[in-house]
Amino acid sequence: MTTTPHDDTATANLARTFADYAPSIEGRDIVAIRPRYGLMIDGEERDARDGAVFSTIEPANGEHIAEVAEGAAADVDDAVAAARRAYETVWRDMPGRTRAKYLFRMARLLQDRSREFAVLETIDGGKPIRESRDVDVPLAAAHLFYHAGWADKLEYAVPGMTGRPIGVVGQITPWNFPLLMVAWKIAPALACGNTVVLKPAETTPLTALLLAELAAEAGLPPGVLNVVTGAGATGAALAAHPGVDKVAFTGSTEVGKAIRRATAERGTRLTLELGGKGAHVVFDDAALDQAVEGIVDGIFFNQGHVCCAGSRLLVQEGIADELLDRLRRRIELLRVGDPLDKNTDVGAINSHAQLERIRGFVDEARDDGAQVHQSTRALPGKGFYFPPTIVTGLGGSEAICREEVFGPVLAVQTFRTEAEAVARANATRYGLSAGVWTEKGSRILWMSQRLRAGVVWANSFNRFDPASPFGGLRESGFGREGGRQGLQEYLTLSPVTA
Amino acid sequence: MITASRDSRGIVLEGVAVDTPLRVQPVDALALQERAARLVSRSVKRESKVAGLELSVRCVDLTTLEGADTPGKVRAMCARALRPDPDDLSLHPVAAVCVYGALVAEARDAVAGSPVKVASVAGAFPSGQSHLHERLEEIRRAVDDGAHEVDIVLNRGALLSGRLDVVHDEIAAAKQAVGHAHLKTILETGELGSYEMVRLASMIAMAAGSDVIKTSTGKLPVSATPPVALCMSEAIRDFGEQTGRVVGLKLAGGVRTAKQALGYLALVAETLGTDWLTPDRFRFGASTLLNDLVLQLRFQRTGRYPRPGDLPVD
Repeated sequence: MTTTPHDDTATANLARTFADYAPSIEGRDIVAIRPRYGLMIDGEERDARDGAVFSTIEPANGEHIAEVAEGAAADVDDAVAAARRAYETVWRDMPGRTRAKYLFRMARLLQDRSREFAVLETIDGGKPIRESRDVDVPLAAAHLFYHAGWADKLEYAVPGMTGRPIGVVGQITPWNFPLLMVAWKIAPALACGNTVVLKPAETTPLTALLLAELAAEAGLPPGVLNVVTGAGATGAALAAHPGVDKVAFTGSTEVGKAIRRATAERGTRLTLELGGKGAHVVFDDAALDQAVEGIVDGIFFNQGHVCCAGSRLLVQEGIADELLDRLRRRIELLRVGDPLDKNTDVGAINSHAQLERIRGFVDEARDDGAQVHQSTRALPGKGFYFPPTIVTGLGGSEAICREEVFGPVLAVQTFRTEAEAVARANATRYGLSAGVWTEKGSRILWMSQRLRAGVVWANSFNRFDPASPFGGLRESGFGREGGRQGLQEYLTLSPVTA
Repeated sequence: MITASRDSRGIVLEGVAVDTPLRVQPVDALALQERAARLVSRSVKRESKVAGLELSVRCVDLTTLEGADTPGKVRAMCARALRPDPDDLSLHPVAAVCVYGALVAEARDAVAGSPVKVASVAGAFPSGQSHLHERLEEIRRAVDDGAHEVDIVLNRGALLSGRLDVVHDEIAAAKQAVGHAHLKTILETGELGSYEMVRLASMIAMAAGSDVIKTSTGKLPVSATPPVALCMSEAIRDFGEQTGRVVGLKLAGGVRTAKQALGYLALVAETLGTDWLTPDRFRFGASTLLNDLVLQLRFQRTGRYPRPGDLPVD
């Protein structure tokens, strides 16, 4: 099969033009971003009492998007009071099937407006539109649907027990999955008859506010869902508020510990979903090409801003070189760039501060003598970007192996035996996730019984389903979200008496 | 003669074609399907789309494999192969025409003097269920009649009953029989039962000397699919790394739309590299695909879709 030299050149040019993928940008026009956003309290949007605002930034270019009200203690007071009123007068005593109607309506509206939410999520947070479109928004809707279905069946959620709502719930959500984490939090809380004061992360408040707007459109009674935007001080005021019966927090281990101290004084119920340092354990019989894809998804999904990210790779020594060759080749293919481009695989780092933090970890590892391999593709000139990175030559005691980097950085170590793999995987203060890659079923079972992690994935990674409980062990937190186990965190349970 | 055995790492082939044992990677079906689905959903727009459409035309093996094929039908198809769009003579011809052995001479005359190759199916296509010497005779005859490329079928019966050496040796014999012509080996993946079997069959076919490995005969309800294409591409990449040899990929059956074609180009480009996006290394075995490619190219050029009947049929 030969062609003339002229045709070869022409064909090669066509191939290059094709494979460069011309920009395919999702339009911004679908979402109307206002210059200023207020707090959502008791069904009304209003400014903070002291008029304070902060700016939310677009990570893709570092530019200001909008001003957002910064709630203080007085605003949290208002929101908690509104939530209490709604709890006692409307929501607590509403039949479950009626509460379900509101949640179903919100889920459907979210599906109807999915593109709008996806685009806003990507603009505000920097994640690729492919992910916000295919993962964040559909999963958020799925959580609303799933929990709507439970609202009138709560008496069956825990055998032998009957559940009542807890009261006013304070929820504090992170910036890595701004909308999805809000859905994870509010769906079970509302389904169980609680009312909510939500404090979304300060770098990504916009989709939470849009969801509050959508809740109003769905007719959710005023005060059932209140949103108080702001930074750490706002969250601290909410977590320590005496009118809050339960706090649910997703975020860093450091802040989680502070919240636990604050809530301990009053016996406020608490669930924490904190950091992680998840390990992929790849055995020499694994399906290598698929393991490579799983490792890539495990650490480069959402720029590695994932609490359950597989940020450590433990590979059996016999296949370490081959696996690393494949991984290095694979990260060259990852398209880092404009998050609104439908072909972007890795988007922008969420904030300048986070970018500096990631850079610090990698620089330190390099200074300590580790080998740092990074994708050589050019990064965009402005905005916050970090190349997909693989770090080898590590012993396990380095910060990059122990601390949560929360970025697109994979720390690689090797192991020889199953027992050593378990010991290394468990040598962490965290315990959120792990992945086992092997073709041997018995080994999957053996490993999953011994890995100390809230979730162990077999030949896959980062799989989520609203019916599956998610949560951590050790310093990754406690309590579960999703499934029947997740419902229990929003109910006061008592035994059924005859 | 090769020996085939299993060890802890999978199936090892010790063959005549390679110096070292070939390792066949296990395949995880769900992860493979997911990766393939993502690759074929790349958003290909503007100049990349036009380039992909033109490239796809250049990579088509325009095919007719019907009991009702006649010299007239083959001549009409060859005319379309030479001028895919009669209104745009700048559009490059397709890579090859693919016919039954009895019509090779007719096709050869029709495309004489053009860059279009003639490919012939041979070797008891599509089942392969006849005696080896008859199959080899058919292959030799196709080459004698002027076929540049011969598409044979892999012995699925031997593969599924574990006679890997028979599978290998028959392909090796076919490779000898085609001489300087190119050998394209059809795995008929729809009959193999698992992606692991597809990967094993790919490695055997390549080790035995195939120039191209091809998904399907087009005679089954399930032909080329994205996960099968990905599985075979990964095998080609591994084989290249282990032996230094370049093997082509042909997707046949079920590729009917330009959108599918662009998806497959993305899959191949991101698995094997852009070096594979050339008719020397990549083909679509298809008939209806070509008109959709031409239609989409006209739309890109003029902003309007042609009316039904504006495009030639054969």
